[in-house]
Amino acid sequence: MTAVSTPRSEFLAGMRDTIPMVVGGIPFGILFGALAVNAGLSPFGAQAMSLFVFAGSAQFIAAGLVAQNVSALFIVVTTFVVNLRHALYSATLAPYLRHVKARWLPLMGFTLTDETFVTVFKRFEERGALPHGQWYFLGSSALLYTDWQLCTLAGIVAGRTIPNPQDWGLHFAATVTFTGMIVSMLRNRSTGLAVIAAGAVALIANPLPNRLGLMLAALAGVAAGVIGKSLFREDEVERPDVLDSDVTPVTPSREIIHE
Amino acid sequence: MNEPLMIGGMALVTFLIRYPVLALVGKIDMPKRIFDALRFVAPSVLAAIVIPMVLLPNDKPIQRPADAIPLVATLLSALVMWRSKNLLATVLVGIAAFLILRAALPLFGPVFGR
Repeated sequence: MTAVSTPRSEFLAGMRDTIPMVVGGIPFGILFGALAVNAGLSPFGAQAMSLFVFAGSAQFIAAGLVAQNVSALFIVVTTFVVNLRHALYSATLAPYLRHVKARWLPLMGFTLTDETFVTVFKRFEERGALPHGQWYFLGSSALLYTDWQLCTLAGIVAGRTIPNPQDWGLHFAATVTFTGMIVSMLRNRSTGLAVIAAGAVALIANPLPNRLGLMLAALAGVAAGVIGKSLFREDEVERPDVLDSDVTPVTPSREIIHE
Repeated sequence: MNEPLMIGGMALVTFLIRYPVLALVGKIDMPKRIFDALRFVAPSVLAAIVIPMVLLPNDKPIQRPADAIPLVATLLSALVMWRSKNLLATVLVGIAAFLILRAALPLFGPVFGR
């Protein structure tokens, strides 16, 4: 990297790299707002859910459950199951964030989503743990958070006037963004194997409730990737240092990863 | 439905999944094997989200031409990403392809017999 990395430049880079996610996610947010009020949530409740929960697919499922008149406790338990994959995201990013001051972590945890995870992970994979990595993360999540609030609001306003918003096919937009990210991550055969295994398990496990299939598929993909890595003898492939030692004065990468 | 209870509960459990792992795992020395395995999380989760959405639209196998539109648009966007390495271009092409194919679907009606 030639340019000097500053908190500001990292924050802006995080925002810039998240723009495609926002484009893909705008319809998703509008759809949530519209579905939520059609399901029986108050407009205030729908917006509050986006403000305080900030978890797209869990919010969709919760809105569907509200329409079925189930208990609040059931919805909370369902949310827990649906969001379990976020623990995998946190574990994946944590080694790159060791130098980040503890006071930033609650905010980062609160704003961690699928979109920010894949965007930030890709950055860290390519460049290692940058000294201002938390600002890249927060730039990404700040843009998505703002986008999610505005789209929810637009959906709430539009929701009552437009019948059957789920028939528009709007949710499709997110799949193209994610597809692009998959293609950009396909750099070796073990990753290809992980993608195939995760996709196959996701198809088979699709009938399972609460996106449990997604969690199973993620674990299957990780397992397949690990197997592929030894199968294809990728153990010694080049990998960016976890800490960029050029710009970070103290911790060399070997200390970050315990051999 | 007790909305404040539901939303407060959802917010709490979601935060309790996301934050503690971020805080605790950052404090320990992660074994290299675990670190290497976790690098497959992102592509795996993305595949697990996308593949059922395009191959099982509305949770059913593709039956009518209309069901195949997301798949065709997604394959096209994968091609654009592979050639251009530009995510924004990929997203715009994918969405445009989706909208055009859907608008053009009636034209294919006679061919496929709907």
